[in-house]
Amino acid sequence: MIPSLPTPRWLRATTLLYLGAFLLFLFLPLITVGVFAFNDAPYPAPPWKGFTLDWFVGNEPAGRTGLFGDEELLSSIWTSFVVACWVTGLSVAVGTLNAFLMERARFRGKEALSMLMLVPLVIPGVILGISILAFASRIAEFASDVAGIELEFLRPGLPLVVLGQFSYIAAIATITISARLKRFDRTLEEAALNLGASRAAVLRTITLPYLRPAMIGSAAIAFLMSFENFNTTLMLVGADAPLTIMMYGRMREGATPVLNAVSLFLMVASALLALTLMRRSDRRAE
Amino acid sequence: MSAAAPEAAAPDLEVRSVVKRFTDHVAVDALSFSVRRGSFFSILGPSGCGKTTLLRMIAGFIQPDDGDIVIGGRSMSGVAPNRRPVNMVFQQLALFPMMSVGENVAFGLARRGVARAERLRRAEAMLERVSLSGAGHKRVDELSGGQRQRVAIARSLVLEPTLLLLDEPLGALDLKLREHMKIELKQLQAAFGTTFVYITHDQSEALVLSDHVAVMNRGRFEQVGTPQELYYAPATAFVAGFVGANNRIAGTVTAVDGPIAELVTGDGWSIRARCSRPLATGAAVEAFVRPEVAMLARVAGELPAGQTVHVGIVESLLFDGANSAVLLRERQSRFEFRIALPQTGRFADLKVAEQIFFSFDPERAVCFAAAGDHG
Amino acid sequence: MVDTPAGGAWKGRLMLGLMLAPAVLWLFALIVLPHVDLALLSFRERLAPRQYGASLAQYRTFFGEPLYWHVFVRTAVMSAIATALTLLFAFPVAWTIAKLTRGRTSALLFVVCLIPFWVSETVRTLGWMILLRESGVLPQLLAHLGVTDVPVELLYHDATILVGLVYTSLLFMVVPLVNSFESLDNSLIEAAYDLGGNAGSILREIVIPHATPGITAGCIVVFMLTLGNYLTPNLLGGKNSQWFTEQIYTQFITRFNWEQGAAFGFLLLALSTAMVWVGLKASGQRFGDVMRRA
Repeated sequence: MIPSLPTPRWLRATTLLYLGAFLLFLFLPLITVGVFAFNDAPYPAPPWKGFTLDWFVGNEPAGRTGLFGDEELLSSIWTSFVVACWVTGLSVAVGTLNAFLMERARFRGKEALSMLMLVPLVIPGVILGISILAFASRIAEFASDVAGIELEFLRPGLPLVVLGQFSYIAAIATITISARLKRFDRTLEEAALNLGASRAAVLRTITLPYLRPAMIGSAAIAFLMSFENFNTTLMLVGADAPLTIMMYGRMREGATPVLNAVSLFLMVASALLALTLMRRSDRRAE
Repeated sequence: MSAAAPEAAAPDLEVRSVVKRFTDHVAVDALSFSVRRGSFFSILGPSGCGKTTLLRMIAGFIQPDDGDIVIGGRSMSGVAPNRRPVNMVFQQLALFPMMSVGENVAFGLARRGVARAERLRRAEAMLERVSLSGAGHKRVDELSGGQRQRVAIARSLVLEPTLLLLDEPLGALDLKLREHMKIELKQLQAAFGTTFVYITHDQSEALVLSDHVAVMNRGRFEQVGTPQELYYAPATAFVAGFVGANNRIAGTVTAVDGPIAELVTGDGWSIRARCSRPLATGAAVEAFVRPEVAMLARVAGELPAGQTVHVGIVESLLFDGANSAVLLRERQSRFEFRIALPQTGRFADLKVAEQIFFSFDPERAVCFAAAGDHG
Repeated sequence: MVDTPAGGAWKGRLMLGLMLAPAVLWLFALIVLPHVDLALLSFRERLAPRQYGASLAQYRTFFGEPLYWHVFVRTAVMSAIATALTLLFAFPVAWTIAKLTRGRTSALLFVVCLIPFWVSETVRTLGWMILLRESGVLPQLLAHLGVTDVPVELLYHDATILVGLVYTSLLFMVVPLVNSFESLDNSLIEAAYDLGGNAGSILREIVIPHATPGITAGCIVVFMLTLGNYLTPNLLGGKNSQWFTEQIYTQFITRFNWEQGAAFGFLLLALSTAMVWVGLKASGQRFGDVMRRA
């Protein structure tokens, strides 16, 4: 059970075996995706026909479009990137503000508000999507009927996608940043005030630097969750498809290994992001 | 090393040349001792001396590399902790927060398959014996520190173990409660008659509670004896330094007169002390003089005849009620020396920088060959 | 920073208002009002073009048409099975990370377990499709080894959907479990063992009671995510997936029957909320505590 209690040999062996099987289960799909990005065959399936970079750089004579020549895919990556930047910026800003609101301010109904902030996390993404879609459309209809104004941004499209993703990612940013602010030792602020700093200076030089790790961490999580979001986006998307929607469409049609290539690209990007974050937190721990 | 009393009851615990090595050091070094049935046995030592490792080996959470542990006449090698006739009171008590007090006490009985009604009855009876009757339904976090202590002990004692191990259970309590719990623990042990093996780094706990104390240092026992023996007749410099307050005076032997040696410090202060072992002139030694052994006098003639009279300058007064003392410096060598003030309040009017005479009985000052470095 | 200093009451109130505004805007404009609107939508019926009346027709359709509520029940049951399996698979791994390994090994193992979840669900599902489809890696391998005569289709089964769902959910179970196991003091386990307990009774009396908040949090999150999943059942289950989110999508996007879609959405939300509530009640937890733990 724990190292200080006697453990029979068979149990130790079983544990190791299980762990091995578990890790295999975790990584098999990812490795498969990566490997078949380099297979010299029109479909990502065995047998192995030899190594090729066609699915990255393309091969005109063979009629293969590589990732770097696939305008549609590239523009969907760009779309995802732009959406993710908006969602990240909005979520971290609102999350930080909310953290101060919940940890520092006193007002009536605070308890209820703090509960309400957790609610987006227990609403299935699909439903977040349809409710925002329906509500936005109703307002757009209303504006068009009453005032004759066309509110184009309330029709399915990227602004709605940003709002839809923001609606629950903001909750995650709020929780992460509040948790850190809660642990903050307020005597540090008092000490700074005591040493003659203004309130704004205290915020800039003491409190925000303390919150920075949580802000960076929630920014990374927000970016990643936005980039990978499917359920909410599916309901709100217009003409410009973000990457996940584009990939989904192609996967249903039976795709070429270009999808493997773009997946590998995503995996490497995620891994780099994860490594950078861990480096930072390691340095902090030292 | 057995501290066998005349009646020579069978030992409940026998540790036979037990060894435990860790990668970088030997935690327990070929240790052997036995604990008499029904006694309160303490292992006293600084942190890192190996006492926790020793206790966890007796409980079965660590396997010794060599040697054997015999409990109630049965060898414990290969016996899992849940099958040993030993229970442990953990340092942080380890009361189960997910259970009520009564369920905590009944936990071990449930594991033995005692029927529900019976184990509740026995748990309640046990709680009554530790003066917690009626607390069975309470949650653990509703109890005070002292009550939690008693629950932890009751939880173990209800299983009627041959041996109860206690791992510094008073460490987490504040000073006042600790003093109180010391008395309570001693009374509990006397009432139950169970053999207690208690580890602590607090010498006062060990002295107050125990029938016998082993002073442990670097994986070995420096001395095993009654609290009085440890205090009045320390066997090693380490024991003399660790148990009770002591003035430690390092020097070189200049003359030997039977058991009494005369030594001189590096700064030229000369004193006399009893040697535990014969020492040769020129040997490096350490002498220990307890603060309450030395006597003060404003007039040299008031000091007991035959004792060397020293002259000191008062450096500071350390008022602490019954434990008040004066810190002075021997006039010539500037050696710092601490002397307990008499309870009569006679020297309460001492002033800093005042000159005063003092002396001590060399029979009650002990001196050992210097061991080089020691913890 | 917003503690109102005496004498500057209006200033403090302004400050508070400014700080409250984004939160209120977010929660009301994007969460509360859209859901109220969705509820209104689900309780109306289209009588003529651009003419609507209050009605329970949408809900009547749901209960009257066996296909709809079969899919609904099926989604709930499959989600429950997936949640239980996730708990079962995650438990030993979380225990190993929290209790059997220490320091660097433990941290490394934890990170290794998290890595797949930094990758998009789309990519992970693509991996399973390449592995499992008839022309894919595993069927070819099985045929090659002689286990099956010809490559068999491993996609489009219920078991495939479960594999995909469990895979996607593991992270959300491992993290809260590791946290609760780590907060369990080893001396409690030692004490229980010292008092005569064995692996079974310690698990039952000490570990599970202690980890209940973490287990609840993990189960709630996993169940909810599974219930609301679209991608995995749709791609791994194909036509056979019959997942309720697909019905919502069909009504909303394909058929443009928003009233029906809204009713479906509300039913799914009700089920999800009910399960969260039951989970909290069963374990005596508070919503806020559990969500923050997860």
